[in-house]
Amino acid sequence: MEKRVTFKGMWLPLLLIAPQIVITAVFFFYPAGQAIWQSLFIPDPFGLSMKWVGLGNFEFLLKDSFYRASFVTTAIFSTLVTVVSMGVALYLAVLADRLIKGSGTYRTLLIWPYAVAPAVAGVLWLFMFNTRVGVVTWYLGLLGYDWNHVLNDSEAMGLVVVASAWGRISYNFLFFLAGLQAIPKSVIEAAAIDGARFWTRFRTIVFPLLSPTTFFLLVVNIIYAFFETFGVIHTITSGGPQQATTILVYKVYSDGFVGQDLGSSAAQSVILLLIVSILTVVQFKYIERRVHY
Amino acid sequence: MAYRKTVASLVAAAALLGTSTAFAQTEIDFWHAFTGRLGELVAEQVDTFNGSQSDYKIVASHKGNYSETLNAGIAAFRAGEQPHILMVFEVGTATMMGAKGAIKPVYEVMGDGFDQSKYIGSVKGYYTSPDGNMLSLPFNSSTPVLWVNRDKLSEAGIDPDTDMSTWEQVSEVLDQLKAAGVECPMTTAWQSWIHLENLSAYHDTPFATKDNGFAGTDTELAFNSPAQVAHISAMGDWAKDGKFIYAGRRNEGGANFRAGECALFTESSAGYAGIKSEAEFDFEVRPLPYWSAVASEPQNTIIGGASLWVLEGHEADEYEGVAAFMDFLSSSEIQAKWHQDTGYLPITAEAGDLTRSQGFYEQNPGTDIAVIQMTAKEPTANSKGLRLGSFDQIRGIIDEELEGVWSGDKSAQEALDSAVERGNALLRRFEQSAQ
Repeated sequence: MEKRVTFKGMWLPLLLIAPQIVITAVFFFYPAGQAIWQSLFIPDPFGLSMKWVGLGNFEFLLKDSFYRASFVTTAIFSTLVTVVSMGVALYLAVLADRLIKGSGTYRTLLIWPYAVAPAVAGVLWLFMFNTRVGVVTWYLGLLGYDWNHVLNDSEAMGLVVVASAWGRISYNFLFFLAGLQAIPKSVIEAAAIDGARFWTRFRTIVFPLLSPTTFFLLVVNIIYAFFETFGVIHTITSGGPQQATTILVYKVYSDGFVGQDLGSSAAQSVILLLIVSILTVVQFKYIERRVHY
Repeated sequence: MAYRKTVASLVAAAALLGTSTAFAQTEIDFWHAFTGRLGELVAEQVDTFNGSQSDYKIVASHKGNYSETLNAGIAAFRAGEQPHILMVFEVGTATMMGAKGAIKPVYEVMGDGFDQSKYIGSVKGYYTSPDGNMLSLPFNSSTPVLWVNRDKLSEAGIDPDTDMSTWEQVSEVLDQLKAAGVECPMTTAWQSWIHLENLSAYHDTPFATKDNGFAGTDTELAFNSPAQVAHISAMGDWAKDGKFIYAGRRNEGGANFRAGECALFTESSAGYAGIKSEAEFDFEVRPLPYWSAVASEPQNTIIGGASLWVLEGHEADEYEGVAAFMDFLSSSEIQAKWHQDTGYLPITAEAGDLTRSQGFYEQNPGTDIAVIQMTAKEPTANSKGLRLGSFDQIRGIIDEELEGVWSGDKSAQEALDSAVERGNALLRRFEQSAQ
């Protein structure tokens, strides 16, 4: 039976949720409403005049084959970033969980990259892979591989994925490690006594028990890949070559803040808002069913 | 007790008075995009001006790169916190011109006694209204030239004095360099600016219709005509054969040239300060080559760089301070020093003459190439400059399409056709917003 706390009257519950409502209204509904309003106009950059175009901004965007291609680019990019950053983090967390000596040092070192700002991380990776002076490029050259992410699509995509996932591994590692340590040792020991090997234990006990953490990280990482990676992309590729690394949010940034086209930028934000809402609904409706709390 | 209080308040009042007299100077905000050596040189100009008089105090602030500075200025204007003077790069010119009500034209700020004729035509032309009045003050202007690593040519068995006035001749030199095993025969900076915008002006071919946008916002891009296609096609072939090495959209190639890896480098004349301080080889400046198959002799090249725009919404006495500062910047001594320190073009003919009479060109051969290249011929409608809205984004499109040519994905014609089509879509949007 479900336990229910009931309030008498309406005012107390309203008062209690008011702060949250106010914060959401000021920091979410108001800007989102403004974006929707602005997406119906072509304003001049200085805000001196606005020209009503109705759905013209959306029409302009969807006619652009590069914009349509950027949906696919975004899907590939966010999948890769999520898989790489979560996969590596889980692997490292499992290893760190088994450490007996010096686990504190390893943990600190693994968490370190999280403190590096995305744009700075971008510059660091760019230095290593610079097509003419990069250290990694030079070694690859010795091995006979001609690295040139300035002109090669897949290399550019690979580089921005690695640079975006790198700092994120630390964050995911932290959550996975906490998740692993919360799994009761007795369950695992019981399975071990029954003869289950490490891999069987991981597959049948540890991973299912980690699922709340994994689900949380999945949602958070996809949102990260969607929204917070433009610093990395801006410093490494600026969306190139030929828009191969232009993800949706980078185009919002570059059209709005570099191109001063606030109408198109607002329309893109609205589209992005829709996509993320759909994605979140899908995640909670279909994937969360398989999560064991 | 009461007595003490009176004394205390008197002291406080005196202190207040004291500070207010110290701040009687009118402060003028100046936002710019320079760091490093250039940042120091700007700070030096500002200090000299502030030290030379006591009425005005210029407060210079660095606001990031060119795009970021323009954005900071626009955001500040929207918030009512705009500076008096904003540095805007040349591709932002149409955006600024379209912002009537946000900008105060320089010729108005400078008042009746303003002699616009002393400014060099091909420099100020980029920033004048259709009736010839200066809307902004050119600050740092440069033009592309050919930088040559003479040692590299000698090593490859080529006479370092060989004539490279035309691209046909350069092509032969590239063949020889490649045959001699040079890994980087040629590289470039700012590909759109040098190999399309300047290429068009230099061969007196339109980059866009309506006099490159000077005659109206209903302009359309036109750089997919035979002259440009032939050049990009040749560059594409050189890229395929490893004779032209592409390093990036901005001036990434500069590092390779300064390190002595590349034999030829097309870059702004303002690359001078960096190359002079870093290059450990014998280098030389040559005029930008032209195609003798297209033109019997070259027109002029156009400028790049930034100009200073005055923003609306300040007091009259503050604008007097702005005018005094701009007058100071235009003076021959300050301009000549700026020109010699940086490699940027002088904005007045007098500053150029002063530099010549000081013997600078003789001691530093080649530093006048850019000036000559810019001023040898009276600019035509195709070589006055470009005035296109959303031009920063259009350059991004051009960069993308050219990268398609360098990697061999697209032919020059396909890439330029696509760039024109995509760019025109942006021009139509700008036209709508500017109405």
